Amino acid sequence: MATTNTASAPADDAMISVEGLNKWYGDFHVLRDIDLSVAKGERIVICGPSGSGKSTLIRCLNHLEEHQQGRIVVDGVTMTQDVKRIEQIRRNVGMVFQHFNLFPHLSVLDNCCISQTWVQKKPRAEAEKTAMEFLERVRIADQAHKYPGQLSGGQQQRVAIARALCMRPEVMLFDEPTSALDPEMIKEVLDVMVELAQDGMTMLCVTHEMGFAKTVADRVIFMDQGQIIEQAPPETFFNHPESDRTKLFLSQILGH
Amino acid sequence: MAEMATRIEMIEARRPPDLRRGVMGWLRANLFDGPLNSVITLIVLAVLGWGLWPLVQWALIDADWLGSTREACSGEGACWVFISARFETIVYGFYPEAARWRVDAVFLMLGLLIAWLAIPRLPAKRWVGLFALVGFPVVAYVLLLGGHFGLMAVPTREWGGLMLTLTVAVVGIVGSLPLGVVLALGRRSRMPLVRGVCVVFIEFWRGVPLITVLFMASVMLPLFVPTEVEFDKLLRALIGIMFFWSAYMAEVVRGGLQAIPKGQEEAAKALGMGYWRRMGLIVLPQALKLVIPGIVNTFIALFKDTSLVLIIGLFDLLAIIRAGLTDSNWLGFATEGYVFAALMFWIFCFSMSRYSQYIERRLHTGHRN
Amino acid sequence: MLRSSSSERGPLWRDPAVRALVIQALLLLGLAALIVMLVTNTLANLEARGITTGLGFLQERAGFSIPQTLIAYSGDSTYGRTFVVGLLNTLLVSGLGIVAATVIGFAVGIARLSSNWLLARLAAAYVEIFRNIPLLVQILFWYFAVLQALPSPRQSLSLFEALFLNVRGLVMPAPVAQPGFDATLWALALAVAAVVGLSLYARRLQARTGRALPVYRLGALLLIGLPLAVFLVTGRPLAWDVPALAGFNFQGGVTIIPELMALWLALSIYTASFIAEIVRSGIQSVPRGQVEAARAISLPGNITLRKIVIPQAMRVIVPQLTSQYLNLIKNSSLATAIGYPDLVAVFAGTTLNQTGQAIEIIAMTMAVYLLISLVVSALMNLYNARTLMKER
Repeated sequence: MATTNTASAPADDAMISVEGLNKWYGDFHVLRDIDLSVAKGERIVICGPSGSGKSTLIRCLNHLEEHQQGRIVVDGVTMTQDVKRIEQIRRNVGMVFQHFNLFPHLSVLDNCCISQTWVQKKPRAEAEKTAMEFLERVRIADQAHKYPGQLSGGQQQRVAIARALCMRPEVMLFDEPTSALDPEMIKEVLDVMVELAQDGMTMLCVTHEMGFAKTVADRVIFMDQGQIIEQAPPETFFNHPESDRTKLFLSQILGH
Repeated sequence: MAEMATRIEMIEARRPPDLRRGVMGWLRANLFDGPLNSVITLIVLAVLGWGLWPLVQWALIDADWLGSTREACSGEGACWVFISARFETIVYGFYPEAARWRVDAVFLMLGLLIAWLAIPRLPAKRWVGLFALVGFPVVAYVLLLGGHFGLMAVPTREWGGLMLTLTVAVVGIVGSLPLGVVLALGRRSRMPLVRGVCVVFIEFWRGVPLITVLFMASVMLPLFVPTEVEFDKLLRALIGIMFFWSAYMAEVVRGGLQAIPKGQEEAAKALGMGYWRRMGLIVLPQALKLVIPGIVNTFIALFKDTSLVLIIGLFDLLAIIRAGLTDSNWLGFATEGYVFAALMFWIFCFSMSRYSQYIERRLHTGHRN
Repeated sequence: MLRSSSSERGPLWRDPAVRALVIQALLLLGLAALIVMLVTNTLANLEARGITTGLGFLQERAGFSIPQTLIAYSGDSTYGRTFVVGLLNTLLVSGLGIVAATVIGFAVGIARLSSNWLLARLAAAYVEIFRNIPLLVQILFWYFAVLQALPSPRQSLSLFEALFLNVRGLVMPAPVAQPGFDATLWALALAVAAVVGLSLYARRLQARTGRALPVYRLGALLLIGLPLAVFLVTGRPLAWDVPALAGFNFQGGVTIIPELMALWLALSIYTASFIAEIVRSGIQSVPRGQVEAARAISLPGNITLRKIVIPQAMRVIVPQLTSQYLNLIKNSSLATAIGYPDLVAVFAGTTLNQTGQAIEIIAMTMAVYLLISLVVSALMNLYNARTLMKER
């Protein structure tokens, strides 16, 4: 895989490092020269207008999308086409989707156990114990034997978080986790995410919840047209944005 | 902590790297992507070369096309003379030559009607459709059967070939659709007796093979009517076909009725409409539009099954070709005969299925907007 | 009731309940009249033609032979036995057709989703060609254009001097069990039981320790290895009755008559084109997000397929597949066009022609198909109820 010359030396404690990342959908240049380094325990919020490439970026980090140029290193493992490496990275990276993507034919408990059973090869009892532990943490343990279709959106998203946590990942990726939820359910999901952040989880979160960004983010990244326009701690980002595009975006989502 | 920079200059979009572009790139991506795919590609190519090429050679390159007797055929490839020599019979059956213009006229009308209904841009669909369902059958009946307005009478036993196939198909379609709509409405009725009768009717026809229906029509129907009534063979088959397919049509329409939100009917009720107005003006137009692909697919199935009338001794397209095969001057052309029959049916069915897919795509985009 | 709470009533004829009653009464009356008319006409017609009614004819001697019978049958057998022979032949060709159509259909359906462009196109072409040609044309094609064009028995096409293909059908060697072959059969039964036990044990082992056994590989080994070992140890107690040319035809072996071959080929190829579409749309109905979620929790590809994609696809596939199976069974009645002795051909055809008892025979034939349809639909409803996705 080709590397570009813009690569800056990643910090030694970097959990994720991305250098010169470029991606095209057909002829459409969707990610342009992305450089990003995420430290262990760092909490990052990525925002930007729709179509700016923010979801694509985090989907590249666990190889749900293939990139054409650049280098991605997650927890010391360099992403290549090698299936074993990709699976190794995925075991370290949990992901939560906009539309939950729970398995509708499996119970909540089985959703949380399936990868422990087939990937980590844990005994059933142990897998269930871990699953219940995390379901407890997202406050939905009492629904463990129901099916996803029987739960509300907010409950489903919390199960999805628990499912990802069951693999005990080092990094959690959130792809607009609250965008598909009714307003009254957003808080229950955000609360879980805040707790997770407070426990020291490394998090990359694509979201428009600016309140969340202000409370927990160490850094806010603004993307537009497939590139990182501006990144700063929330304090600076919200109060003294530098780029005109950032200002315009903030005025659109914060202004009434 | 990582750098906190702000980008001032925007990065311009670039062309993708030349990894999967051009003819070679396409070949690599689609045919030789890894060893397994390469092997599959080679096997498929080998199969095509081994199977398809001789077929093309037989059917087109070495074939003989013109002539009037079997001596015109060299015997190297297909003998299409077998078809071309009896093409008129294949189209008109035993219809008297002097009256064939009437068949042509009906064909023309049918073609125009179908084109008008199939092309979405043309206006007045409702009236043209109504004419196709009511006016056209009457006109076609008068023209084809004759006996009125100074037209020579042509009894149905002289009908045959493509003309008979199309007659059976059109009557089946025109008859089964309205009946199917009525049955579908009946099945959703709140009156238990009406619902029960419709359910039994639908499930009965759907549970038995068409061939037993045709047998029933040909041997049992004459027993059901008073002894002195003479029952035309074609008419008997048509009645069986209509009942049979109306049950399938009913299930397709029912699917559409179920897909219409309850709010539509409630809104119509709120406007003070009675049952028939609600159905006719609000629910059915939406439901039928929704299931056009399903209806066309049922038409295709019906069209294919018109060939079954051969078994009760009617001379449709397939039966005429089959009869030609037993002509002692033309023995040994079964392959040509059945391939041609297959091709004829295929052209009709494939165009209908393409049309149904086109409508489906249009409906989908219509929903999204 | 709403009506009792509203104090004012309209005129009787505008009351929906009264209307419904009247409509249903009229319908009932109409139906009754129709039935009475049909029965009277039929009775009069039957009398005029001198046809007796009733099922007595089933005990009479049939007097015609049938080229393929699964149970003992001769011209001296009764019409009742003809019915059974025909029914068994229908079930035979349906069973064979269902197996072959399923195999071809799944293969073509999966091939349509292949990333190999050529293979996907070939599969699409298969579907578009065969589902748009009437089944009857295909049956006649295979029978008259292909199988009837085969050489006579003397010039048979042969494979390893054991399989012979000619105008009279496909002649194959028939296995003849020798004393001691029972042991192999027992070994096979034992192997089946062992595989069941193995899969139960493997599930338990995985639940307890997390270790997954290669059940498929072990199972295949058991299923093939054990009977084969016993077969070899007992001295290969199986002889083959190899067909040999005697005069103008073959003696010995088993013969698949061309009618069965043509019908089987056409039914499988035709139905497979529909099954392929069902399989394709079933697999495509599983949302992309499901596979992405499975990948995100690092499930390997084969587990994703087995535990995530196939169970969800099957919910869509199975009901449609069942209705295709029913269609195939009903379509097998086209046998009559080429003289394969199925239920319709020997019963609704020959028997009807000989006895003239149209009503009884058509009713019995239809009842058989209706019964099959009803039983299969009932099983289907049971399956649907069991696998119903739990929704709020």
